Amino acid sequence: MIVELGHMALLIAFSLSVFQSIVPMWGARTNAPNLMATADVSSIAILGFVTLSFGALMWAYATSDFSVVNVWQNSHSQMPFIYKLSGTWGNHEGSMLLWVFILALFAAAVGVFGKNLPKTMRANVLGVQGWLLTTFLFFIVLTSNPFARQTPVVEGQDLNPILQDIGLAIHPPMLYIGYVGFSITFAFSIAALIEGRIDSAWARWVRPWAMAAWIFLTAGIAMGSYWAYYELGWGGWWFWDPVENASFLPWLSGTALLHSALVMEKRDSLKIWTVLLAIVTFSLSLLGTFLVRSGVLTSVHTFASDPTRGLFILAILSAFVGGALFLFAFRASRLEQGGLFAPISREGALVLNNVLLSTSAATVLVGTLFPVVYEAITGAKISVGAPFFNLTFGALMIPLVLVLPFGPLLGWKRGDIVGVSQRLMFALFAAVIVIILAYGFLERGPWIAPLMMGISAWLIVGAFAELLQRSGLPKVGLKTGFARLTGLKRSIWATAIAHAGVGVTMLGIVFVTAYETESVAILKQGESATAAGYEITFEQYQTRSVNNFSEELVQLTISKDGNVVRTGAPSKRFYPARQTPTSEALINTFGFSQLYIALGEVKTDNSVVLRIWWKPMITLIWLGSILMVLAGGLSLTDRRARIGSPKLSKNRKLGTASVG
Amino acid sequence: MAKFASKLMMVCLLICVGIFGAVAEDELASEAEARAKLLFSELRCVVCQNQSIRDSDADVAKDLRIIVREQITAGKTDREIRTFLVDRYGEFILLKPVFAWHTFILWAAPFLLIILAGALIFRAGRKQSDVVESKLSDEEEKELARLLER
Repeated sequence: MIVELGHMALLIAFSLSVFQSIVPMWGARTNAPNLMATADVSSIAILGFVTLSFGALMWAYATSDFSVVNVWQNSHSQMPFIYKLSGTWGNHEGSMLLWVFILALFAAAVGVFGKNLPKTMRANVLGVQGWLLTTFLFFIVLTSNPFARQTPVVEGQDLNPILQDIGLAIHPPMLYIGYVGFSITFAFSIAALIEGRIDSAWARWVRPWAMAAWIFLTAGIAMGSYWAYYELGWGGWWFWDPVENASFLPWLSGTALLHSALVMEKRDSLKIWTVLLAIVTFSLSLLGTFLVRSGVLTSVHTFASDPTRGLFILAILSAFVGGALFLFAFRASRLEQGGLFAPISREGALVLNNVLLSTSAATVLVGTLFPVVYEAITGAKISVGAPFFNLTFGALMIPLVLVLPFGPLLGWKRGDIVGVSQRLMFALFAAVIVIILAYGFLERGPWIAPLMMGISAWLIVGAFAELLQRSGLPKVGLKTGFARLTGLKRSIWATAIAHAGVGVTMLGIVFVTAYETESVAILKQGESATAAGYEITFEQYQTRSVNNFSEELVQLTISKDGNVVRTGAPSKRFYPARQTPTSEALINTFGFSQLYIALGEVKTDNSVVLRIWWKPMITLIWLGSILMVLAGGLSLTDRRARIGSPKLSKNRKLGTASVG
Repeated sequence: MAKFASKLMMVCLLICVGIFGAVAEDELASEAEARAKLLFSELRCVVCQNQSIRDSDADVAKDLRIIVREQITAGKTDREIRTFLVDRYGEFILLKPVFAWHTFILWAAPFLLIILAGALIFRAGRKQSDVVESKLSDEEEKELARLLER
């Protein structure tokens, strides 16, 4: 019964979104306030019905209702409860419903938080959201109904064991919030193009939404990377896999968007470019959905692909992307360009940032799609893998990180490059020291690694140059300095922390790429192997059977200088329902580094094969991402992001004056 | 059919992920082994979805590693080894595509885009400076001076 209600709710939500696609925009055209106001109600009603629908599916999963085909295919009665719940979106139908649920959530949020938007703009934005809702609900109802029934079966076919992990509960929702969040900036851009009017107030509106989406996308990608790292069992953290690239593309262009919207907000410049970026970013999010869902690109992550649906999604993609770009081509000339600036200025630096980020996004896109297009044209298969991306993407990132610390220090309109360079001397100094130390103390490894560490140090230290400059330290004395630091706008702190986060991530990447060690050991009980100064001893072999899987474990002790520091057991699991094994690595963190042990073969003579990696400083990769996420959150709490709150009109003059 | 394909993929994935067990292999002397490892990371495990033979534990990857090591011991250069493998398995095996006419777009894309962006910005900059020069008429300049004096 509840399942049927869920299906019904989905259909009602669909008809409501058809209504929302037409009526508010018609109202905006004919200047009819009542028609425009319907969007506020309908967006909340749609959210309500989609929530009902999503809740019904989740309920079917929670109660293991195997009369629902989707539940039967992707769940098991003996699964831990949390995986039953997260299993709701561990499949195609459920994940599309989650996608639409988040879309509805964002659309309703515009209705609720957008009270002080101009009426026509709000109606148009919600109308565009209505188009998106209609299309995706139609897609679900027509091709991917999660509520289809069958004659009840006793036991389900189980969830793909690789997905039976806390990662599934967090990673897809975060990623989808990121993807779908950019639908708002897309809707705002389309609305601006329809009205032919755009100004810095528009950018003030769009930036917090873009920032929120970016935060979730960043967190989602980092989380996914860590998940793949510990779950897949060979210690890779980024594979340049098509599906990873699919999430990385909107991240790159979204990052560019955040920066160009900044120029637009402060200086009323780069308008057309910002609108284009907003369209491109969401298009890349759609492309990401398309790539994952269609199975056009097979990869380790495509857990629920089906080529027939791919065509439908391709049609959606071309309609939205093509339509948006078409509109852009026709209307962009109506958007006037504002504020002028010299090449060496804050704007100039942000333009450079945008050029490099967009080029790297385009490079990753070309690399990802090249094999598909090449095969379609010539019939021959070709690979574009990690070595290609490391080379090209890496080459584009180096100039970006080298000039990055200059950006925030340059003045708007016209910057003083000499003065800024002087203020960055201490960062250069820090970089040189790091390079010298690295060459002195780290013997093994490629010659370029210490240099890269120096660049990371340049980034991390240089990121705080603006804070130092504004505090007046060390000249003004500690007390005044700290008082000034705590009084600074949060967005300035956010910039510093985010940029330092990039440096931290880069440092982790450099370390683990250059100094990782890997060894294979065959041990009998009581024997030990050594890796990175740690002694790993095989204590005991065990087997056990838990819920929906059986498991082989090898108890190990890890000791350093004769003292036991850790114990634990890497294991291999077997899930009978799907007849599939998984590997659970033993990961121990020491400082920022990790010792990663995966269990291989268990031989007939009772010896076991262990694959042991030492991953120096690897956690910095994700800690840097956490810094970026925190910085994003901090920036959202800045006064500037809360425009429209009653207090602000009084402060706004002050704000603009101090920006200078 | 689609279901079968996805099952096949699943099996393939599991083979590649290395669940069936790592086995120690006979490694070469350290310098030659380092060279081999570098080559491993540039060669695709042909039955895997997106894994180099360095990361994969599939039997094919193991065989390929043995072939590469043999060739290194036989004194072949990296280029010769790559050619040898491409002759056998096709270009599909190279994770880093060759630089040739048929991959021109792929390799040139970043450079072309940077040049294009540079050209566009240069043009926009020129337009902008034109605007700056012709912005105020004489009367406006006078008006400005008057306002500034006040």
